[in-house]
Amino acid sequence: MNKQYDVIIIGGGATGAGVARDCALRGIKALLIERHDIATGATGRNHGLLHSGARYAVNDRESAEECIKENMILRRIAAHCVEDTGGIFISLPEDGLDFQAKFIESCLAAGISAEAIDPKQAIALEPSVNPSLIGAVKVPDGSVDPFRLTAANILDAKLHGADVLTYTLVEELIIESGKVVGVKVVDTVTKERSEYRASITVNACGIWGRDLAAKAGVTINMLPAKGALLVFGHRVNNVVINRCRKPADADILVPGDNITVIGTTSSKVPFDQCDDMYVTREEVDLLLREGSMLAPALNYTRILRAYAGVRPLVASDDDPSGRSVSRGIVVLDHATRDGVEGFVTITGGKLMTYRLMAEWTVDLICKKLNIDAKCTTAEALLPGSTTPDAGCKRTTACFSGAKSSAFYRHGDKAQQIDHSTAAKRALVCECEQVSVGEVEYAVGKLGVTNLVDLRRRTRMGMGTCQGSLCAARAAAVMATTSGCSSAEAKSNLKSFIAERWKGMSAVAWGDTLREGELLSWLYDGVCDLSNLNTTEE
Amino acid sequence: MKQYSENNFEQCTKCTVCTVYCPVAAVNPLYPGPKQAGPDGERLRMKSSEFYDQSLALCLNCKRCEVACPSDVRIGDIIQSARIKHSTKKPGLREFTLANTDLVGSVATVVAPVVNATLGLKPVRHIVEGVMNIDHRRIFPKYAFGTFESWMRKQRKEQALFAKQVAYFHGCYVNYNNPPLGQAFVKVMNALGYGVQLLDKEKCCGVALISNGFVNKAKKQAQVNINSIRKAAVENNLPVVATSSTCTFTLRDEYHHLLGLDNADIRESINLATKFVYTLLCDGNHTLKFNPDAARIRVAYHSPCHLERLGWTPYSIELLKLIPNVELVKLESQCCGIAGTYGFKKENYATSQSIGEPLFNAIEASECDIVATDCETCKWQIEMSTTKRVLHPIEILAASLL
Repeated sequence: MNKQYDVIIIGGGATGAGVARDCALRGIKALLIERHDIATGATGRNHGLLHSGARYAVNDRESAEECIKENMILRRIAAHCVEDTGGIFISLPEDGLDFQAKFIESCLAAGISAEAIDPKQAIALEPSVNPSLIGAVKVPDGSVDPFRLTAANILDAKLHGADVLTYTLVEELIIESGKVVGVKVVDTVTKERSEYRASITVNACGIWGRDLAAKAGVTINMLPAKGALLVFGHRVNNVVINRCRKPADADILVPGDNITVIGTTSSKVPFDQCDDMYVTREEVDLLLREGSMLAPALNYTRILRAYAGVRPLVASDDDPSGRSVSRGIVVLDHATRDGVEGFVTITGGKLMTYRLMAEWTVDLICKKLNIDAKCTTAEALLPGSTTPDAGCKRTTACFSGAKSSAFYRHGDKAQQIDHSTAAKRALVCECEQVSVGEVEYAVGKLGVTNLVDLRRRTRMGMGTCQGSLCAARAAAVMATTSGCSSAEAKSNLKSFIAERWKGMSAVAWGDTLREGELLSWLYDGVCDLSNLNTTEE
Repeated sequence: MKQYSENNFEQCTKCTVCTVYCPVAAVNPLYPGPKQAGPDGERLRMKSSEFYDQSLALCLNCKRCEVACPSDVRIGDIIQSARIKHSTKKPGLREFTLANTDLVGSVATVVAPVVNATLGLKPVRHIVEGVMNIDHRRIFPKYAFGTFESWMRKQRKEQALFAKQVAYFHGCYVNYNNPPLGQAFVKVMNALGYGVQLLDKEKCCGVALISNGFVNKAKKQAQVNINSIRKAAVENNLPVVATSSTCTFTLRDEYHHLLGLDNADIRESINLATKFVYTLLCDGNHTLKFNPDAARIRVAYHSPCHLERLGWTPYSIELLKLIPNVELVKLESQCCGIAGTYGFKKENYATSQSIGEPLFNAIEASECDIVATDCETCKWQIEMSTTKRVLHPIEILAASLL
């Protein structure tokens, strides 16, 4: 692998992937380094809401305008990652209608279409909505799959010459005469160490960017804000439901793929918790209590799991107390800010504005490297979205679910999936309709190295059974495809099951507990996975 | 357990035992099985109708998946409801003919000898296959010359003499094809001291209309039946009894689950003949006199799928055991493969016969004289596919009475 690059990007979330793609499209030789898999941080731990910007319209006009612009861009360039569900902001009796007028006015001022509809129309549009609502406003919200979005950016970056290293940890920044000139990394699997050099190193590590900056002797004042969410077993709503009031906890209900997500909470957490987030009982209670105000059905819908992410909130530079927090995009050129050359931090912002964050970052890179190249990411379609509706045609009476699902997930790239034989069409994951062919495609083309990665690319194990039925099959297919040893496959299976149970344990009652029992009965009772010898045989 | 999601689909833990028990999945690789067609598919269909899979038409609605399910998920109902909601296939002439048992039956019984003779001809069956896609190997049930209802009208006075009364839901098969079964039922009931009367107005229960895509018509007919049964059961306080297990199941469960009609007030009044008779015989106040000279017969009992779903198979078995001249063989419970009109369709013929094969073999191996079952379509299938004659337990009971 080439060891010299123009740009090294650290962090494989949506932002890092977006920067890598933008660089690649502008002919800048880029290397992206991620310590885990792509989209493992905040990118993969949010609502998956394609914000219209309406939520920010009243308090943060700038964010609202950015959101609606990016919303329209993503619908075009990432069509296969986005679903145009539409959204409503509902007013409940205790909210009153005072906020609504101001809300509509602010939306319109920010360029967001916002149409007041009466409660009956709202119920007709979304039957699961709380029937006691007194008003509703229709906005162009949608849902976006952050895993797919990140994977598509990575795929396009690679197609245009970028290199990507996952499971690679940056141990040190190489600093020569006050300039960051490269990175020393370790492969977290093989433990091999190596060095890469570049003119500019980009810090796109989200909340972990504070630690990376510290390696360059730079201080960024960040506030980890935990947001917890719950995943419901199926689609409760088909339209995004928001509360028409000042943004608060658990007031957004988003239908994403085959599930519905309620979120979020917001609480400050210490930095040492950012790597291992647990959802507390209090958070689950709060999410359910507030969520059921949006859609009463949540009170008795099966909850698949709970998860939490950390927002990388950045304190304004001129406020040492850290209280004045911006949710806006923060691009820091550490040369001008701190006198450290060759080092740029991109943080703040949100999933919705990842592309714009990347554009601003690469604009700065171009300026610093004296490159004259325009950003094209707002027009260039992402792989998977280049030929809409390709491959969606049903060819056989049987198997249309898996075919349609593969298309839903991979867009026109689904045509690359080998479904030519019955063996390739066989389902690995039945809940989410993931075929053997799709697993092989993900392993071969999407940089999947373990079952958890596979889940992010395909939704394998994300359905009702949370892997009870599919994990062992997937482990077997992966082992065959990648040629790993049976010990590796077993250890892979063990980590996957542990990860699934972590999310289930916070909501383990009722049917979820029964599912957990089945999971434990199968993997512990029958396979004795806890005691499996995972060393080489 | 309180039911929150429609048909309890959320309670599915994906254990897959339903698919293990599915007779179709076992023989037809094109059918993904009840788990995928039912609760798994339902999740996808909630996102969009686009995820509806045409293979759901391969489900024969035997409900054995529901019997197997340890989580009380109404898997068969999920599948049938999805067909009703999402299928874009319009029923054709074949579906119309197979589904409208009332209409076809009332025409055919008038000219029964001609219809029976014609449908028995091989060239005719080939034409039927060519025109209607009904498999030429399928043998049609013979039509009776004159309906059961017309016979019953002649018995009205005599039946009214009994102090205790039951209302009989005879079903299309007894009315148009097999009045002797209805007559056997009247004989048994009379022997127990009950007079038999017809419902005010009886329509086909609608099971064939539902499975062939005529849901609106099924709803209309179901409402007529519900009204008639309500009058008999609620106003006149009569037990309503049917000989057909499928009619019974449809009236009790499918009306509510698939057609969305409210039958809660009459559901418990709808009874199956074998259960009704057996229960009477157990109460200590009813006895039957059996003919001591009746010839000894070896009877193999086949339990129909819908009777299994009702959970009432033991009543038919125990009733047969009470008949002194019957030597009973209990066949392993499995689907015969016909599933009403399913097996008549050309594309299902092979599946239908493969499903039934183990049963046919077991019947031949049982060395029985007669097969007994509570379902008319099981009877057609078994008579067509084995060397044995099939009777209803009530017919066997009636024949053994003094």
